[in-house]
Amino acid sequence: METNIETKETTTKKVEKKPLEKVLIICAKGAIEDVYAALVMANGAVMEGIEAKLFFTFFGLDAITKKQMNKLHTGTIGNPAMRMPGGLPFPTILGILPGVEAGVSSMMKSQMEKLDIPPVDEFMDMITAGGGEIYACKLATDMFKIEMKDLSEHVKDIITIGQFYEMADGERTQIIFT
Amino acid sequence: MGQTVIAGVSVDLNDEGYLSDPSQWNEDVAVEIAKEEGIELTDKHFEVLHYLRDKHSAGEQLTIRKVGKSGITDIKGLYQLFPGGPLKKSSRIAGIPKPASCV
Repeated sequence: METNIETKETTTKKVEKKPLEKVLIICAKGAIEDVYAALVMANGAVMEGIEAKLFFTFFGLDAITKKQMNKLHTGTIGNPAMRMPGGLPFPTILGILPGVEAGVSSMMKSQMEKLDIPPVDEFMDMITAGGGEIYACKLATDMFKIEMKDLSEHVKDIITIGQFYEMADGERTQIIFT
Repeated sequence: MGQTVIAGVSVDLNDEGYLSDPSQWNEDVAVEIAKEEGIELTDKHFEVLHYLRDKHSAGEQLTIRKVGKSGITDIKGLYQLFPGGPLKKSSRIAGIPKPASCV
């Protein structure tokens, strides 16, 4: 038995590492945390020399719509992980009060700024500067009556999911959905 | 990786090829490490490297965004100077630890 284990170890050591070469990230939601998860992953990829393509669909379109992109909010209702500063639970009933969602959202943004995490448009500047590409979903833009002129200049094109999948060529590609 | 000699200087490298001690660095060492990364260093590269070293010795956490706002180069320029991993490669060539930031 022992010999078997040894052989196994030797084979594992010989396996060549195959680093990721491309990521395709799909963002379908428009809350701060959903959008930033996608942006951090895309930017993190280009920083590592990994090709990155971002696809925004449904409510995720807010992140690339000129009017909305820098005004994203985080939901204060129905989020069990939401806590008051200091760690006490955040009563859901507070979340429905006018201004609370805006307050929580601006607090999140100021915390992120302290960590050198940029606003959405600047983050997209960084991603595209590194060669990352940003796309809008055709189906969702049709549904929300959004045209190319409504979208941020970072958006390369409005494409179908099929066209997006076509970009997933190559062995070391991953598709991530947030 | 342990001790090795780069450009006539004996330096300590960690497993990922980063200098363990930034004070062992000089510009000749940088030129050699850059060659390994396939980069020929220009004055612009050195400006970035010295900026990174200054910020690192001041205890600041480095991000691509910070370098982009340094006035030396913008983010696009940084990607052109150090293709395929601008912050990681520039840090390695600058003789400072591998960056630990997500942006």
